[in-house]
Amino acid sequence: MSGPAVSLDAVTRRFGGQAAVDGVSLEIAAGSFVALVGASGSGKSTLLRMINRLVEPDSGTVRIAGRDISAADPAMLRRGIGYVFQNIGLFPHMSVAENVAIIPRIGGKDDADVAALLDLVGLPVDYAMRRPHALSGGEQQRVGVARALAGQPGLMLMDEPFGALDPLTRDRIGASMRALHERLGLTTILVTHDMAEALLLADRVLVMARGQIVADASPRAMLSGEAGAEAAELVAVPRRQTDRLRALGA
Amino acid sequence: MIAALVALPPLVASHLLLSGAALGLALLVGLPLGVAASRRPHLGRVALGAASLIQTIPGLALLALFYPLLLALSSLVGGAIPALGFLPSLLALALYALLPILRNMVAGLRSIDPAVLEAADGVGMTLRQRLWLVEAPLAAPVMMAGIRTAAVWTIGAATLSTTVGQPSLGNPIFAGLQTENWVLVLAGCIAAAGLALAVDALLALVESGIARGRRGRIVAGLAPLLLALGGALAFTLAPARESVTVGAKNFSEQYILARLIADRLERAGYAVRYREGLGSAVAFRALAGGDIDVYVDYSGTLWTGPMGRSDVVPHGLMNAEIARWMAAGPGTGLVGSLGFENAYVLAMRRDAAARLGIASIGDLARAAPRLLLGADLEFLDRPEWAGIRRAYELNFRETRAYSPTFMYRALRSGQADVISAFSSDGRIAADRLTVLADPKGAVPAYDALLLVSPRRARDARFVGALKPLVGSIPVDRMREANYMVDRDRDKATPEAAARWLAR
Repeated sequence: MSGPAVSLDAVTRRFGGQAAVDGVSLEIAAGSFVALVGASGSGKSTLLRMINRLVEPDSGTVRIAGRDISAADPAMLRRGIGYVFQNIGLFPHMSVAENVAIIPRIGGKDDADVAALLDLVGLPVDYAMRRPHALSGGEQQRVGVARALAGQPGLMLMDEPFGALDPLTRDRIGASMRALHERLGLTTILVTHDMAEALLLADRVLVMARGQIVADASPRAMLSGEAGAEAAELVAVPRRQTDRLRALGA
Repeated sequence: MIAALVALPPLVASHLLLSGAALGLALLVGLPLGVAASRRPHLGRVALGAASLIQTIPGLALLALFYPLLLALSSLVGGAIPALGFLPSLLALALYALLPILRNMVAGLRSIDPAVLEAADGVGMTLRQRLWLVEAPLAAPVMMAGIRTAAVWTIGAATLSTTVGQPSLGNPIFAGLQTENWVLVLAGCIAAAGLALAVDALLALVESGIARGRRGRIVAGLAPLLLALGGALAFTLAPARESVTVGAKNFSEQYILARLIADRLERAGYAVRYREGLGSAVAFRALAGGDIDVYVDYSGTLWTGPMGRSDVVPHGLMNAEIARWMAAGPGTGLVGSLGFENAYVLAMRRDAAARLGIASIGDLARAAPRLLLGADLEFLDRPEWAGIRRAYELNFRETRAYSPTFMYRALRSGQADVISAFSSDGRIAADRLTVLADPKGAVPAYDALLLVSPRRARDARFVGALKPLVGSIPVDRMREANYMVDRDRDKATPEAAARWLAR
C-alpha cells in the first residue's frame, strides 16, 4: 500500500494583494516524504493548507491521486487526509480516546481502535481516559498524530508539528514519524523552518522564498551545494553549528 | 398580612410562567443570533449594538411602548392581537433578556482557542458538527453565566408587567406603593427576590455541571426548574368559572372601587380577576379592546383624553355627550355615574385661606405672585392647569411637583401655600383644607363613571349586576373611604374600605 501522489499546477494565493503562493507547480510522488523549508512568510504553510482546502487557491489546480480536489466536499476531503500542526489543537473537553476517535465518529463509522492507535504513536493505553491538559507537550502531539491516523489517511500534512517541543522530544517524535511513514506507506509533506530536521527526515527537500520554490533537491544534493544559493545558505546554518560543536569537543 | 400572602401563589405562578416564556423566547432568538454574530463580525457589532440600545430603555418604558405598537399591529389584522397583558410583557422582557445572552454567547464562542477550531476543520468536521461537538460545549460555561444574568434580570423586570395588565409579583408592589401599604410591597419584593435567587441557584448548578461535565448536576438543576414551570402552567390553566376582569388605575380610589365592583359581580356569580395599576392612557383603550370588562373613569379624563376635546361645556351636558360618543365610536357602555366627582381642585390650608381672604380661584389670582403652588407629578402638564391659568390669569411665585403624599406634607408644613388636589381625596377633610371655588367653570366635570366593555354593554345580566352602584356614593363617603387607605396610621386595605363603602 502506498499514499497518493499530489500535484500542483500553477497554484496562486494572494492575501491582500500580496502573493503568499505565486504560481507554484509541483509533482510529489506517491509514498514520498517531502520537506518544505523556508523562512517565516515564505508561503510554505499556505501551500500546505491548500492541499486540504483549509485555504482555497485563487487560481490553479491541486490534484490528489489525479483527482481535482476543488470538486470534492471539503469536510469529506479532510477526513481522508491526516493534518498535524504546531498548536496541536486537541479538544480540551474530550478525553484522549474521544480525541483520537473523532474522525470515525464524525464520519459515522465504527469506533476507532484507540488502543492500537496509541500504541502506534508510542503512548501507553491507559492514557485513553486522560484529559489533554494532563499530558506533556510531546505526549499531546503524539495524540494529535494518532487522531490524524485514525482516518486511515494515505496523505499526511504536517505543519511545523514539532515546533513547540523541546529538542529531545522533537528528535524522538521526528524519528517515529519517519518510521510510521515507512510502516504505513504514507505520502508525507512536512513544513518546517529547521533545515537540519528536513535533511534528516525527508527524501526530498523543497525550499520556498517569496511564494515560490527556489530549490528542489534530495538531502544529499542539498548538502553538496548543487541546489543553488538559497538552499546553500540554509544548509550552511546546521553545518556551521556542527563544525562549532566539533571544535568545542576537540 | 395574611390576605397578602394568600394572594401570592397565583401571582408567583403567573410571574414564573411569564419569566420562563420570556427567557425561552430570548434563547430561541439569542442562541442562533449569537452563533451568526460570532461568525460575522459585522453582524455581531450590529446585533450587540441593538441589544445594548434596548437595554438603555427603562423597562417600564419598553413595556409601555409595546402597547401602542401592538395596538397598531392589531388594528392591521382586525384586532386579533391582544395589546395588553401577556404578549407585550413577553416581548419586552424577551428583548431585555437578549443582551446578556447574546453578549456571553459571542464572548464564549470567541474565547475558544483558534487552534482547536483549526483542528476541528482539519479533521473534517462540517460547520454544524464543529458547532455541536466543539464550539457549543466549550462556550457553554460562559453562555450559562449569561443565561443566569438574563434570568435574574427577567424575573426582576417582570414585576413591571403589572402596569400593562399582566398579573405578576408587581401587583402587590404597585398596589402597596399606591396605598402606602408597606407589608404588601415587602411581600411582593421578597417573593420576587426569592424567586430570582432560587432560579439563579438552580442555574448555577447547571452551569457547574456543564463546566465539569457532570450530568447529575445538570439534571439536578434543570429538573426543579421544569417542574416549577409545569406546575405554574397547570395552576394557571386550571379550569375557572366564567371570569370577568375588573380594571383599576394606579391610585387608592381605583383600588377601592375595583373591589366594590368585584363584590357586586361575585354576588352575581362571576369569578373576578383584577388588572390593576393601569396607566391613565392605557385603561380606556384596554376597555375598548375588551382586555378589561369594567372600570371607573372620570368624565373630564375621557373628555380631554380619548375624546380629544379641549372645550368646556356645562357640567350637566357632559355625560350625555360622552354616552353619545361611546355609542358611536368605541362601543363601550356607560352604566352611570357613581354619584361623586374626583376633579382637579386647588386647595389651601384653612387658616391661610382665611388670613389672605381667599375663597375662590378668582381671589387667589391677586395673592398668587407671592405664593408657591405644589402640584402632583402630572398636573402642571395637564390641560386643566392650562385652562385654570388662562381663565384666572394665575401667576405663582413658584410651582413645584411632588408625589401625592409629599405634596400634602409640603402644604401642612407651609412649604407650599396652594396645592392641586383631587376633590374626593380623604386628606381634604382630614387636613381641614379649603377647596377654592371655580366660579368661571374653568375645570371640566370629573364625574366618576362606571364604564363597561363593548361586549358587556350588550350583556344585560352584567350591567344589571352593576346598576345598584349608580348614584350610591356621595363624595364625603368616597373621601372617607380613600382616607381609610391613604392615612399614615391604622391603614385599612382597599378590601376593607370597599366593604365599608358597601355597608
